[in-house]
Amino acid sequence: MWPDERVARFVTQNFLPARVHVKDDPQEFKRFGERYSAPWTPTILELDPDGVERYRIEGFLPADDFLAQLMLGRAHMAFKQGQWAEAEKRFREIMQQLPNTDAAPEALYWAGVARYKGNNDATALKETARAFAKQYQDSTWAKKASIWR
Amino acid sequence: MGIDFRHDVDHVLQDAKAQQKPVLLDFSAAPM
Repeated sequence: MWPDERVARFVTQNFLPARVHVKDDPQEFKRFGERYSAPWTPTILELDPDGVERYRIEGFLPADDFLAQLMLGRAHMAFKQGQWAEAEKRFREIMQQLPNTDAAPEALYWAGVARYKGNNDATALKETARAFAKQYQDSTWAKKASIWR
Repeated sequence: MGIDFRHDVDHVLQDAKAQQKPVLLDFSAAPM
């Protein structure tokens, strides 16, 4: 996961990266593991600038899926901070750059929600439902969006 | 291009607040 250049670039550009290692930093691993309820590895947390957990990735993933999850977490962070346009842009980047990952249908769903939150126009939700009729039809996210048709 | 992970997590959290930048915290067991 980590040696991938795209992953390294995204992490460096978007985060202050920190690591606690189960063997090399056992006390810190225990302390922060208890603080953030993270007893297993690998667990990757995306924390906002106040140290509040906003997204969690547990378990190994191949590079494409891992990068997509990192991007998804960063988009969700913008969403939770009410940065609708920024969140939508970040969700759509996942669909454009990594369309074959598990994160892509979730990104499509939330891109629509972010647009709706930004402009309060339900057309954004209807368009998202229509988009799911063309792609990711078998995903859970397509089911969730089906009510918007 | 590698990732320069820091291990002084308390200081990283302080820096994040000061810089208003998110933190990526990796709980790892991978060989170092």
